[in-house]
Amino acid sequence: MSAPIPRAATLADGPEARGEPAAGQGGEMTEPGPAPPPAPRCLHCGLPVAEAESGAAGGDRPFCCSGCAAAYSLVAGLGLADYYRRRTLDPNQRPLKPEDADAVGGAVDLAGHVRTENGRSEVSLVVEGLHCAACVWLIESVLAREPGVISARINMTTRRLALAWRDGESSGDHLVDVVRRLGYRLVPFDTTRLDSERRRRERELVRAMAVAGFAAGNVMLLSVSIWAGAGQGMGPATRDLLHWVSALIAMPAIAYAGRPFFRQALSVLRMGHTSMDVPISLGVLLATAMSLYQTARGAEHAYFDSAIGLLFFLLVGRYLDLLARGRARSAAEHLLALGGAAVTVVGADGEKRVLAPARVEPGMTVLVAAGERIGVDGRIAAGVSDVDTALIDGESTPKPVAPGASVFAGTLNLTAPLRIAVTAVGDGTLLAEIARLIEAAEHQRGRYVALADRVARLYAPVVHSLAALTFLGWWLGAGATWQDALLIAIAVLIITCPCALALAVPVVHVVASGRLLRRGVLLKSGTALERLAVVDTIVFDKTGTLTLGRPRLVETAGASDPAALAQAAALAAASRHPLARALTRAAEARGVPVAAAGGVSEVPGAGLERRTAGGVTRLGSRAFVGADAGGATDVANGAMSGVGPELWLARPGEAAVRFAFADAPREDARAVVAALRRLGCKVELLSGDREAVVAAVAAEVGIETWRADCRPGDKVRRLESSAGRGARVMMVGDGLNDAPALAAASVSLSPATAVDVSQTAADLVFQGDRLAPVVEVLEIARQAQRLVKQNLALAFLYNATTIPLAIAGLVTPLIAAIAMSTSSLVVIVNALRLNRGSVR
Amino acid sequence: MDILLYLIPAALVLGLIGLGGFLWALRSGQYDDLDGAAYRILFDDDEPPAADRTTHERR
Repeated sequence: MSAPIPRAATLADGPEARGEPAAGQGGEMTEPGPAPPPAPRCLHCGLPVAEAESGAAGGDRPFCCSGCAAAYSLVAGLGLADYYRRRTLDPNQRPLKPEDADAVGGAVDLAGHVRTENGRSEVSLVVEGLHCAACVWLIESVLAREPGVISARINMTTRRLALAWRDGESSGDHLVDVVRRLGYRLVPFDTTRLDSERRRRERELVRAMAVAGFAAGNVMLLSVSIWAGAGQGMGPATRDLLHWVSALIAMPAIAYAGRPFFRQALSVLRMGHTSMDVPISLGVLLATAMSLYQTARGAEHAYFDSAIGLLFFLLVGRYLDLLARGRARSAAEHLLALGGAAVTVVGADGEKRVLAPARVEPGMTVLVAAGERIGVDGRIAAGVSDVDTALIDGESTPKPVAPGASVFAGTLNLTAPLRIAVTAVGDGTLLAEIARLIEAAEHQRGRYVALADRVARLYAPVVHSLAALTFLGWWLGAGATWQDALLIAIAVLIITCPCALALAVPVVHVVASGRLLRRGVLLKSGTALERLAVVDTIVFDKTGTLTLGRPRLVETAGASDPAALAQAAALAAASRHPLARALTRAAEARGVPVAAAGGVSEVPGAGLERRTAGGVTRLGSRAFVGADAGGATDVANGAMSGVGPELWLARPGEAAVRFAFADAPREDARAVVAALRRLGCKVELLSGDREAVVAAVAAEVGIETWRADCRPGDKVRRLESSAGRGARVMMVGDGLNDAPALAAASVSLSPATAVDVSQTAADLVFQGDRLAPVVEVLEIARQAQRLVKQNLALAFLYNATTIPLAIAGLVTPLIAAIAMSTSSLVVIVNALRLNRGSVR
Repeated sequence: MDILLYLIPAALVLGLIGLGGFLWALRSGQYDDLDGAAYRILFDDDEPPAADRTTHERR
């Protein structure tokens, strides 16, 4: 099973799907459709280029900066220009823009990460900005062509680069620099910290499963010959030989493959209580010991096949359980373990270094390029820009910032580079504060005990006392010899071994998570399905969850005038500000040609302006364009001024024109809310946004209960008070401000566009622009819960029929083997029904 | 039944070879990157770039 990373890039809709490949236009994949001739895009990074710049930087080819031009010539010079045809740019990734070595850069701090041995150095790095498989190929090919490189290999699942080179012929700093000049960023990481305990356990289970599977298959074959032989008068000598061969295969395999259970059972027993592992270990070990004793006596019955087969089925269940608990979770944890993206620190001497956030100290000065996420809490020392704070407060409009203003880790710097004096890092940041809230809330939820565990807690003592009573009953009551009584008691243990029980729940979970995965939903928590099945209240966040989180142009006088729109879009094409991008998207969608204008300068925190012979054209805030003085047409005709974000366009000799934006709800939001109501759930909306905006969205999608101006703590309190009234709440949210609420809710869902922290805090992550997965998840969870209960019932039914047989001393190895495998198969087949539509 | 003395060991040895192969593949990291391998085959430099381009255009 692969670990699906929520990403848009697939090779299937690769270069040929987008027209003329040689032009190297890495277009926005999210906006297909009949677009008029788009603005020229940079050959290397795919960002739009203004006409005037392109000539300056790259001759007749469009490049946005000298860094991209240098990267392109490096790639082309190595004969790797195929890369530009093969790749698929992912709009959600960091753009492939090489950082100007002077503006941002300096060496990546490799010290302490490089392992050197016999002239061979190795380092592990995480690659930021990996768009698609072609990027992997490009980096590997470029590095392979460097002298002295022994191997360079990127793991696409984990985005790690393993680099090895010969000392003296090359240096780590140089090789890192080569990749950096292509536009990727590299961050070294500690292999020991990331190779987690979970991964080690997974490997151990797979190995144990392989060994147990091999042994079980062979022993089963031998057992079939014994049973078949018994009917045809096989001699006792042959039978004993087959028994001994079985013992020879089964005993080492049990000793090896049983370790995961034995170890757990021991540690549980030491702490003075019991778990499912105890009857399993006891059953397997006693069955083996008894079979050995019987074989040595030359007796008829040996249970080696039961013992090893049991172990194999249980290992399968245990492994499925581990899988269901989530590869996706580990991917998100992985990003967190890195402590966010690398930070560029400017030293007192002006030297620049890229450091992991953990190594930044208060008082340092950090440089944040336009378009980059701020990694620390601090005060702006120099620079004027706009900062997108949606992660912290859910506000969809960026805030202008100037020297002296406070900025927080996790916010996004939009328009111009900033120098920030660090005031807090690591545990001191607002980000860490939110992480603590999440942890506290998750601790609460961690107390939820899965149904299977609750059953197991009752099961183990019952089985043990049953076996003990059987022994005493036969020995003292029925007057059997103690050996015979022990054999019967062991048969009880074998037959009651919770094989079907241990498979019943994991199989359903794996099938359910597979079905969810095909619908674009990642299930991260093992118990999430059970918690989902009983949900009765659903709480939505607004920005990015109920809405797409992307502003969209709404109809105003300005928007309906094609000439004004074309001029505005021409200016807007030069900016990455969300409103500017929304404007160009809208213009393209309406068939208005967008030709990026040259000579556009961005005034951070205000807008864009272009000076021509005819005068100054400005696009930006109302104050910036001087709309009040110029006479605003839209205010006069009563548009809702000030509700949503807006842009004004001022042209020489014409009245200023207003463009209003709104964050539109997802297309199917209204239908989903209605469908959730039909499923019997209450729907609420909690948002950090302003009241007027929240009210408008709530009315549009049909939610009656809503609350605006919620801080992260408010949301958590609201959820806790709901839970206090006995409601089972599902939270759907995406922002950092939602993360604590996601963790506090009894189950939580987050779109794949959400920040890493939220994806980590959420139990499920869904992909795509539609909200429908919320309903599907609920339906599948309810079906899965029905199946789990059916499976548990089947397992009990099996026990109810076989335990009396075992107590009566009638169970032979043949009966044990058949009963055990059929019960396991029945449980698996029942779970597979989930793959075929609705289940009753 | 003497044939069993040969057949059982032979079957076991064959099985063990398969088991060993799987464990070796596991240890040598062949299951580590299940996403990348599927794409890697498309990007191998097994033909000169010029020839590669014509195949692209033919499609």
